[in-house]
Amino acid sequence: MYMYDFTYRRPATLAEAAALFAGADSPAFLSGGHTLLPTMKNRLAMPDLLIDLRAIPELAGIRHQGGRLEIGAASTHEAVAASPEVRAAIPALAALAGSIADPQVRRVGTIGGSVANNDPAADYPAALLGLGAEIVTDRRSVPADDFFEGLFTTALEDGEIVLRISVPVPEAAGYAKLCSQASRYAVAGVFASRTGRDVRVAVTGAGSDGVFRWAEAEAALSLRWDGGRSTAGGGRAPRQRSR
Amino acid sequence: MTELTLTVNGTVHRCEIEDRTLLVHLLRDHLGLTGTHVGCDTTQCGACTVHLDGRAVKSCTILAVAIGGAEVTTIEGLAPDGRLSPLQEAFRTHHGLQCGFCTPGMVMAGTDLIRRHGGQVDERMVRGELEGNICRCTGYVNIVKAVLAAAAEYRAAQGEGA
Repeated sequence: MYMYDFTYRRPATLAEAAALFAGADSPAFLSGGHTLLPTMKNRLAMPDLLIDLRAIPELAGIRHQGGRLEIGAASTHEAVAASPEVRAAIPALAALAGSIADPQVRRVGTIGGSVANNDPAADYPAALLGLGAEIVTDRRSVPADDFFEGLFTTALEDGEIVLRISVPVPEAAGYAKLCSQASRYAVAGVFASRTGRDVRVAVTGAGSDGVFRWAEAEAALSLRWDGGRSTAGGGRAPRQRSR
Repeated sequence: MTELTLTVNGTVHRCEIEDRTLLVHLLRDHLGLTGTHVGCDTTQCGACTVHLDGRAVKSCTILAVAIGGAEVTTIEGLAPDGRLSPLQEAFRTHHGLQCGFCTPGMVMAGTDLIRRHGGQVDERMVRGELEGNICRCTGYVNIVKAVLAAAAEYRAAQGEGA
């Protein structure tokens, strides 16, 4: 299907991106585009200017420093899944990235796009909330607890750009999801992490208002993390079940 | 309109396109390469799969204007002189197609996955990695058979080269 007419720009700097955004009637930031373009085909979004953020250096790269993973917003799901830094520090996060959609989509879709979109069936919001990550933008750093506000709604202001995700490395973490039989998105997914006695459990898919923390599970797991069985920490791939 | 330079199946093309042009439209409508199919148009079915800089992507969800300078390979590029690639040949041998609509995407995705894993794949991996390619004839058994046969051939060829 041919889409309606719009203009595409690919700024090389944050300043240029901000100027383009400020000067347009109805601009939208573009990253992998694997949610935005299908949405535009349906006319559920109709920006007149697409500002591609993928050439901006601040959004690139994955580093492990000071006990945190710093994941550039333009990192594709494939890059996160294959990153030696992520695989070594938080194998459950690498495995989660490798379980999103299919290989073709993982090649293009990005963590920044997924986080900014906050689809209620997306995997990353559960991971970021379940790990206590910070979403670093061109204006500030927002804790995941304050970032995901509801269905397709985040704390991002007009024109604010996600630069990277800053993730504290936990002692153990795991992710399991139930996939839609046809489309493989997460009907429900749970990400759990533990650092000392501090346990976080976040659920995607199953809430009427998007991703949420599950206090009862956190309380129970902080008393007994292993539940008498081996846990989903370490390098195990996310357990997936179909309906 | 934006001017774009793109290498498609080894040939450099300079095109003048509207920003809204999807890669699949550039290939089919501007360059006449109709082997790449539009199925669902929503990034799910994989019929539009092509290689972008050597890796499988869904061309119905890529803006052509965003990939200036890139190298694209389509199903036509796998058989430049009319000689089928090993995976295409395996699809024929194992009857890996029924109506044939999904086949170009299956072959492009299968070629990528064989190459990416150096041919070291088993049935479970092939089924998992072809998750983004849907065959509405449900001809998966022979599609998987064809990919496994071509992967074995790939391994044998690598072994000879070593």
